[in-house]
Amino acid sequence: METHGFAFLAPWLIFAPLVGLLLNILLGGWFMKQPWGERAIGAIAASASGAAFVVSALLAYTVSAAHGELMTVPFAQWIHIGTLELDWTFRLDSLSTTMMLVVSGVGTLIHIYAIGYMHEDVRFKNDIPRYQRFFVFLNLFIAAMMILVSGDSYMMLFVGWEGVGLCSFLLIGFWYDMDTLGRSSWANSNAAKKAFITNRIGDFGFLIAGFLMFWRLGSFQFDQVFAAAPALAASDHTTIILITLFMLIGVAGKSAQIPLYVWLPDAMAGPTPVSALIHAATMVTAGVYLITRSAPLYTLVPEAQYIVAMTGAVTALFAATIAVGQYDIKKVLAYSTISQLGFMVAAVGMGAYVAGMFHLITHAFFKALLFLSAGSVILGLERGHHHLAHGHGHGDHHEEVFDPGDMRNMGGLRKTMPVTFWLYMIGTLALAGIVPFAGFWSKDEILLDANLHYTGVYWILTIAAFLTAFYMGRQIWMVFFGEARHEAAAHAEESPAVMTVPLMVLAALSVLGGALNLPFEGFHNLTHWLGHTLGEVEAMPLNGVVAGVSTVLALTAIFVSWLLYGRNPLKAGQPDPLKKPLGLAFTGMENKWFVDEGYWFAIVDRYVDIARFLADKIDWEFWHDFVHEKVIAGTYNWLSNSALNEGLDKRVIDAIANGLGKATQWLSGTTRKFQNGFVRSYALSVFLGVVIILGYLLLK
Amino acid sequence: MVDISYYILLSAVLFTIGAMGVLVRRNPLIIFMSVELMLNAANLAFVSFASMHGSLDGQIFVFFVMTVAAAEVAVGLALIVQIFKSRHSINVDEMNSLKG
Repeated sequence: METHGFAFLAPWLIFAPLVGLLLNILLGGWFMKQPWGERAIGAIAASASGAAFVVSALLAYTVSAAHGELMTVPFAQWIHIGTLELDWTFRLDSLSTTMMLVVSGVGTLIHIYAIGYMHEDVRFKNDIPRYQRFFVFLNLFIAAMMILVSGDSYMMLFVGWEGVGLCSFLLIGFWYDMDTLGRSSWANSNAAKKAFITNRIGDFGFLIAGFLMFWRLGSFQFDQVFAAAPALAASDHTTIILITLFMLIGVAGKSAQIPLYVWLPDAMAGPTPVSALIHAATMVTAGVYLITRSAPLYTLVPEAQYIVAMTGAVTALFAATIAVGQYDIKKVLAYSTISQLGFMVAAVGMGAYVAGMFHLITHAFFKALLFLSAGSVILGLERGHHHLAHGHGHGDHHEEVFDPGDMRNMGGLRKTMPVTFWLYMIGTLALAGIVPFAGFWSKDEILLDANLHYTGVYWILTIAAFLTAFYMGRQIWMVFFGEARHEAAAHAEESPAVMTVPLMVLAALSVLGGALNLPFEGFHNLTHWLGHTLGEVEAMPLNGVVAGVSTVLALTAIFVSWLLYGRNPLKAGQPDPLKKPLGLAFTGMENKWFVDEGYWFAIVDRYVDIARFLADKIDWEFWHDFVHEKVIAGTYNWLSNSALNEGLDKRVIDAIANGLGKATQWLSGTTRKFQNGFVRSYALSVFLGVVIILGYLLLK
Repeated sequence: MVDISYYILLSAVLFTIGAMGVLVRRNPLIIFMSVELMLNAANLAFVSFASMHGSLDGQIFVFFVMTVAAAEVAVGLALIVQIFKSRHSINVDEMNSLKG
């Protein structure tokens, strides 16, 4: 396919952030010594990401100018072995350019925000030089994510998939030598390892799916796979089901679905911009993108689609219940992210790819907004705490461990942090699905599809949506209303413009994002746009009942949350008002339904048992003590000591050597007697010798 | 003409007397004289065979032997004089410093 317009720019999607990170690696150390160094590093990283956004926009323009025609930009030959032909090719269509725009757009805003956030974070954590590393990782992430969304084959996608996994690991463990409160500990690095290992399980599924695909369909390239799939589905239905379900395992790992979601809440150990960029807006949506990209495979197997939809729906509800019982401002958002990812997975499972992508986009806006505002809240409290510690001198404040992320330490922040409050409000309303914010339109489209296809999924998602509105209401009342439950909250300070301005942009997008795909005639822009790639989908009109039910439920949920948390604000030290009425259930929600403990008991402990058994019994007792010590070393010792040393060496070799010596000694002792020094006796010997020789000659 | 076996017999007798002298006497002068006796026994044998065969080889060899014997005595006597100077004795039984 020939390239048009700006398609030749495609490699710069990846090279722009790579140039940024190289600059920051090479020059960052020098920058950090300059008074303006931090700003320079941040500006380089943000412009690199911004350049990727500009490229994305030009590519999207090119695709739209070509009326959504698929364009591929070959870049490099990668692996050619036998029938396997893997190239690094950029795939430009409406789906990939949409993802590029989301990733680089939200990414750039978060880069800008991070300039301000990390400036303060490195100071609270007392390690200023690490500022440089953060932006290197962040640029690396953008590059990896671009590889993921622009790849033209499953393997190229997998390269990006692993790349973002690596960046996620690096950034969760960014403060690897401390916990989230800055105390010396390995908690953060353990969270990073947990994320990485859990993702490996998912990657295993992805790889199996990839191998099956190559084995039965003969290619990794998207178009070739999709072209070969229908024939295989007709002859061998099971294989396609296996491919799609193994792919679902990969999706569950990356997009934090049951049963592999457990890493995402722990991933909040990373700095807040990371939580916003990687663990809310972009990387975790890679799974949704993967299913959407594989739509031609999934549409062949309704059974797999049903499983995907149910997985998403159950995850959405399950995570929403946990979110209700959390106290950490970021943990609530983390479970909310899992829940919203459940919505998206359910949507793409039902074949509502456009709805899923729509929700992916709006979610990227409002969840990034929420996370970044939460980061602003946390830093506000840190500032307040810092202010107190200095105001009161070096007194008892240093003794107390203060958790700036705990909502029980907050309260009344709408007065001290008004900008953040309004931004958070917008994010909350968008997430809760209140008209006319972006979340309403996208969530409604998913519910509408569910209502048409799977009633079970519809009800599960509706309950999840109710809980969503409830826990967000709870959060708002706990954080911003009532009275400060901690002195730090009373002295919280607003964040600087470098942080709030990107938030305002995201807030605007959260308000207006719904305009991408309004359910009215002539406004189905995203449906038509993605239709170029996914095939024309019938655009659905607004269903008054579905929209009405969800809106009423959301408002009810917010009202209930007001009754519980807003009317009588929480006092310091007071237990959660839900504890009494819900009893055991709330204990479950508070403790994440003990899933981590269950996994720990069922998998980690068993694994440790096996490892210990292998180490103690097999390796040490059998292998070391028996095989090595007894069999090998023992035999060797016996051989060298008893057989060779005592037997051969001492008895035989020594006997030969000693015998030779003794014989020589005896011989010389005997013959020395002849050497008596008397010439006459020598002469006699000669004479005797002559006599003997003569006698011999004569008698011969 | 006297039969050659008598010459040879005389030569053998002289040689034996000489050899015994070398072996049993302790005075180096006597030992030298015995050696001379042995050499002359050999000379006698040479000339006897030379005359029997009518060849001059044996005769010429005898001159060599006599020359060497003279040189040998000269060296030997000089040695004995030196030994006597250093040890004040020429008893061969006291000369065993070459013993191993």
